[in-house]
Amino acid sequence: MNDVLTQPRPIRLKGRSFLALALTPELPFEDWLARLDDLAARSAGFFLRRPVVLDVDGLDIDRAQLRELVDQLGRRNVRIMGIEGARPSWLGADLPPAMTDGRPASDFEAPVAEESDGIDDVASLAPCEGQPARAVPSLVVTEPVRSGQSLFFPEGDVTVIGSVASGAEVVAGGSIHIYGTLRGRAMAGTTGNASARIFCRKLEAELIAIDGFYKTAEDMEPDLRGRAVQIWLEGEAIKAGTLG
Amino acid sequence: MGKVIVVTSGKGGVGKTTSSAALGAALAQNGEKVAVVDFDVGLRNLDLVMGAERRVVYDLVNVIQGEAKLTQALIRDKRLETLYLLPASQTRDKENLTPEGVEKVIGALKKAFDWVICDSPAGIERGATLAMRHADVAIVVTNPEVSSVRDSDRIIGLLDSKTLKAENGERMEKHLLLTRYDPARAERGDMLKVDDVLEILSIPLLGIIPESTDVLRASNVGAPVTLADSRSAPAVAYFDAARRLKGEELPVAVPGEKRGFFGKIFGRKAA
Repeated sequence: MNDVLTQPRPIRLKGRSFLALALTPELPFEDWLARLDDLAARSAGFFLRRPVVLDVDGLDIDRAQLRELVDQLGRRNVRIMGIEGARPSWLGADLPPAMTDGRPASDFEAPVAEESDGIDDVASLAPCEGQPARAVPSLVVTEPVRSGQSLFFPEGDVTVIGSVASGAEVVAGGSIHIYGTLRGRAMAGTTGNASARIFCRKLEAELIAIDGFYKTAEDMEPDLRGRAVQIWLEGEAIKAGTLG
Repeated sequence: MGKVIVVTSGKGGVGKTTSSAALGAALAQNGEKVAVVDFDVGLRNLDLVMGAERRVVYDLVNVIQGEAKLTQALIRDKRLETLYLLPASQTRDKENLTPEGVEKVIGALKKAFDWVICDSPAGIERGATLAMRHADVAIVVTNPEVSSVRDSDRIIGLLDSKTLKAENGERMEKHLLLTRYDPARAERGDMLKVDDVLEILSIPLLGIIPESTDVLRASNVGAPVTLADSRSAPAVAYFDAARRLKGEELPVAVPGEKRGFFGKIFGRKAA
């Protein structure tokens, strides 16, 4: 049986990946900045209006040095949207937010030739079609997810062998499989994957969501309670049907 | 080295203190050397339930802050000579418990006693996390109703992450003690069934303590229920739970269900 559940107007919160330039500075910064200045001199406006992430992983620096580097880059019109590989404690309100789990794309070749003003080519980032297909990671949890625990796995599917308690939540970039009772929250496809689904042995959920569309227990079809159910998205409607 | 047990629940009023006293006395009645420690600094009750409130001189906070020796603070039970109480302070608050201080006290108690029973305060804050921190075994006290079960589930999650055992990658041994079980209400379906609670919490069952006026009567006279009336239904259930704690395999009978006929025996272990 399939049921189109009623449709409130929720605020949609979705994860999305974008392609950004990752700058990897090297020590000493003075030399590196000099080389950067040299590059900028050869292609004016290269970093202008481009999203840039600063990758400081493995660099032996402290917070003050990082702060100084970001200031230096700011003076060169390089706007940093996020910092990768820094200690979370460093990144206060005065620094860009931390970014994690970046996936490598093809290397970006810095233009060598002199260009008129560089503004025109701002939008043309190298496409990354040539990548081999990546295996979708999955997370298998063999313990029950207890009340107050949050399982967050934006990379892919989550399988729970056990129950998800009332007051617990599972957040996955892909589908969610629960071989037990789902009493808490399950949010699938949170990184913008509308084809993600939620499967559970027994539905007692407080909330379910796929790709930002959600349903609370109150909005769910009462007939589905306590049954083995799968939940998917059709357009903007959350649909649910019994399994088996 | 003795075993350190934390009696915990998350929710208040489910029977942690009653169970700590009753299990402590039950173990001591079998000749084991037991120390029961009240961690509810600021809201102590264990001294009342154990009938020692008029003999408290020093307490856990005094020992932690070096104002008294452990031997000065321990109160020996008048009825059982192997049962001791380490009371909490009523005038201080839980901020006075330091991780180092608690570690020292528990370490010293472990050397001197067979069992160290830590009566945890309600909640998931400092007092409760420090009470569970050094435990070898946890007894999760739960009433057969939804809010208590959910809070217990939360506590089990903390036992698996915030304790020394968990941080060392070991598994914390956890037992469910279902208290205030009312056969009449269970019959009417007003209460969660034993099976439902076990399914949700999925930890082994240590015992089911029936709801009884004997428990209230015992705490009013200041005696653990196993001492006040050792033949009452709750006392018998606590004695059985104490035997299981020592490793005996005893089937758990659900109060109100006739054994043998409708008898449903729970030897259930966690999945």
